[in-house]
Amino acid sequence: MTNNSAKEQYQILLQEYIETKDEKYLYRAEKLSKSLLRDHTLPEEIVHLHNEALAKIDPTLSQEVKDSMAFLLETMISYGLAHQEFQTLRDEQIMLKSEISVAASMQETLLATEKPEIEGLDIGVISVPAHQMNGDYHHFIKANDGSLGVGIADVVGKGVPAALCMSMIKYSIDSLPELSMSPKAILSNLNRVVERNVDASMFITMFYAQYMPKDCTLQFASAGHEPGLHYHHDGDYFTEITTKGMVLGVLPEGKYEEDQVVIESGDMVVFLTDGVTECRKDGRFLEMNEVLDVIKMFKHLPAQEQVNEVFKYFERLQGFQLRDDFTLIILKKDV
Amino acid sequence: MTSQSCVSIRKELDIVGARQLGRDITKEVGFGLVDQARVTTAISELARNIYLYADEGEICCEALDYTNKKGIRITASDQGKGIEDVAKVMQDGYSTSGGLGAGLPGVKRLMDEFDLQTEVGKGSVISAVKWLR
Repeated sequence: MTNNSAKEQYQILLQEYIETKDEKYLYRAEKLSKSLLRDHTLPEEIVHLHNEALAKIDPTLSQEVKDSMAFLLETMISYGLAHQEFQTLRDEQIMLKSEISVAASMQETLLATEKPEIEGLDIGVISVPAHQMNGDYHHFIKANDGSLGVGIADVVGKGVPAALCMSMIKYSIDSLPELSMSPKAILSNLNRVVERNVDASMFITMFYAQYMPKDCTLQFASAGHEPGLHYHHDGDYFTEITTKGMVLGVLPEGKYEEDQVVIESGDMVVFLTDGVTECRKDGRFLEMNEVLDVIKMFKHLPAQEQVNEVFKYFERLQGFQLRDDFTLIILKKDV
Repeated sequence: MTSQSCVSIRKELDIVGARQLGRDITKEVGFGLVDQARVTTAISELARNIYLYADEGEICCEALDYTNKKGIRITASDQGKGIEDVAKVMQDGYSTSGGLGAGLPGVKRLMDEFDLQTEVGKGSVISAVKWLR
């Protein structure tokens, strides 16, 4: 509601402006309108203010003008309502955002995985959500026999639903019996959990690998996930590592295959999600060899610095706006 | 103390009749231009709801005159389908996003008091009061 001082001020400014046409009164009118807005004054009340001020300034105001002001006032009512509605919706949005940010930090705590120390292996990992909550997931497990399990997964979809889904994957992995299980057995186990518990429209791609330091082999299985990349130090080239397998959550009994490679000194293994491979440059997806070039560009760095630099490179390439959650893991075998 | 006048709503033109009734009473009670326009807009919303969603209904207006305050009460009643999800129609953005106007949250904002009773299959009664300040 407009108070008397605003009413007087409006009348004075209007009168001065009519007499002088001085820009400074328009500037003061701008400031007045901001303070009226702060007090939640609605458009119809401004019209009314104007109407009254005008009648004071010119007592001979014609009936036509007065009627036209009443007409204008009437048409402003809906704008006033819309303004109030936006106000309420904006307050709700602020509340929602702060709730999501609490959820996001909870998610970070819940899904935290520690990067283990493995003899002869340098590990780098980065995972950055496109929005507040992450629909990518990665997991490290160091078993008693010294082997390292690495899981990387991507929910099709982003945001809160994807993030909720990921928590389930994390707890399913945690509840699997001690890590004697092979990658393909782990995937088929998770597939059952996802298929039973998640809406049919949602599915998850996943790559699971197990590294045995004793004989330097990497066993792996994929559930429709982006292939891993094996960099051969001897010869300076990459090969894709992947197996056939249905994405998690589609069929109740998924069959997964398993394969293995030998990791030589100076080799590197890269796991990623499509947030990396589907980076866009000038409106098109990057070619795989462009992605590989960027990874190679920073290969002289320790693994953690390397993934950080690769991320920074792609972040900048996309104008600092990620379109999809971005997760990159690099394992480097010491020379 | 009060007298109630009603307009039945069957066709779009009846909305204008309901507005006119509200306009006359708000003037009589002594409302200023701004509140006249608000009450009239609320009547429009309620009358249009009847016109669009119930085949038939009526808008009644009554001047309220108590010792310490004056005002107007609008009552919109229909024998239509009733409202299945009241929370939804009272939610901001529900009717406006469909381009249906201010809807019931708008009516609630325009008036000082608002009440809604509805029964699925039987119809709805909405009443709203504006006090003279």
